[in-house]
Amino acid sequence: MTGQALSSNASPRQRRRTLALRARLIDIASFVVFVAALGWLVLRGAQGMGYNWQWFRVPRYLWRVIDGQVIWGPLTKGLLVTLQISAIAMVLSLVIGLTVALLRLSPSFVGRGIARVYLEVIRNTPLLVQVLIFYFIIAQILGISRFWAGVLCLAVYEGAFAAEIIRGGIVAVRRGQWEAARALGLRPFDVYRDVVLPQAVPLMLPPLAGVLVNLVKHSAIVSVIAVFDLTTEGRTIVADTFMAFEIWLTVAGLYLLITLTLSLLVLGLERRFGRSRHA
Amino acid sequence: MSRDGQPMIALSGVNKWFGTFHVLKDIDLEIHAGQRVVVCGPSGSGKSTLIRCINRLEEHDEGQIVVDGITLDEDMRNVAAIRREVGMVFQQFNLFPHLSVLDNCVLAQRRARGTPKAEARERAMHYLERVRIPEQAAKYPAQLSGGQQQRVAIARSLCMEPKVMLFDEPTSALDPEMIKEVLDVMIDLAQSGMTMICVTHEMGFARKVADKMVFMDHGRIVETAPPDRFFAAPASERTQLFLSQILSH
Repeated sequence: MTGQALSSNASPRQRRRTLALRARLIDIASFVVFVAALGWLVLRGAQGMGYNWQWFRVPRYLWRVIDGQVIWGPLTKGLLVTLQISAIAMVLSLVIGLTVALLRLSPSFVGRGIARVYLEVIRNTPLLVQVLIFYFIIAQILGISRFWAGVLCLAVYEGAFAAEIIRGGIVAVRRGQWEAARALGLRPFDVYRDVVLPQAVPLMLPPLAGVLVNLVKHSAIVSVIAVFDLTTEGRTIVADTFMAFEIWLTVAGLYLLITLTLSLLVLGLERRFGRSRHA
Repeated sequence: MSRDGQPMIALSGVNKWFGTFHVLKDIDLEIHAGQRVVVCGPSGSGKSTLIRCINRLEEHDEGQIVVDGITLDEDMRNVAAIRREVGMVFQQFNLFPHLSVLDNCVLAQRRARGTPKAEARERAMHYLERVRIPEQAAKYPAQLSGGQQQRVAIARSLCMEPKVMLFDEPTSALDPEMIKEVLDVMIDLAQSGMTMICVTHEMGFARKVADKMVFMDHGRIVETAPPDRFFAAPASERTQLFLSQILSH
């Protein structure tokens, strides 16, 4: 079939289309082969270890129906805790990010200094160490729960990365926009709210989405301070049942569910912002 | 003349440096209400910097700038007060791309003047009519031609009802066939008695509307003269050379 299309009497346009189609097919085929090989390797490996697959035992850790009533299992409860931690930490990290970005851009020497110290300290120490410091030192001093210690720690950590992205977006707005806004007599607050941020946010969204996805993934770290999130629940179940493969794969799948949904939401936002901007 | 016969804008002994580069050297200039001043000179001569100092987009390092009786200094309240009285039109238009033409004209009225919405819209339409593009009010800047964008920018400034308008090479970024529509609007404005300072190379426009020509070179005001004398018999050799270069073709 393709040989005929590629023969010399086919029009160049047809030829190009056939070639593109063929490249696409090769692409898909190699992907299928790759996934199949990977699956086969895992199964072979498990078989070699004499692993006893027990997928049928997994659903009860998600939900059970007793007397016609749905009872949520530990994995679902853990998922909800993870969602809760992530959602609160996201809002806080964006607030921190915006504040720090504005501090870094402010004319105040002290403000810029504080922002710099925060960024360098947070970005250059391990998250795990920060969690431990938050839990064993800051939470003890402030008398806050481990849940809030985890939330605050994540917000402070991801806030540093968000701050740099937000700053980048603000700086990318053309100088003329600032000048026009100032020349019209807008106050600094209005310059940001009405002129700079509406133009900067669409630029920030794609990299910010990355930070938010990271935040969800990094939230697994609160399991070291015994917050009953998805990862902690998974570990408990594996310790009880020895179903390491099934449970960890399920946990990974649940994280993927959250992060992919988040990516789609941000994509939708991007589209919406993109529509009114014809520039 | 504004109140007490004071000049609308008075610069005395103004100096400015960008790092070690001396952009403005001992500038003295007085502009009275209703005067139309055209500032010209080779690029890098400090013309743009000069007018950008008047609304504090640039800070001068020495000397005094007084606009409508208010002295420009560190006090942000004075700066804000002056910016309310002084409109500016830029070479690159600098319309807000995320706002419609109408909202471009409404925004500052609402925020800086606290004008009620209906009134702000009405005024915006009034000035859009004046620059002859009321039918574009619902469009976004990127949908307009350069000339139309610049006219919107003029309308946006006029909506603040400024006492002075600054034009920073308003036609330099435009295609030749669009220059006229912008200049026509500016001539209109000049004939309505607006105090204007224009940095421009449009000598036809200058001849037509200017009361006063200012020629700058290397950060200095080399010559100030009424247009007839400026074009017919420039006093300085530097001005003669400049004019011969830009008027020769």
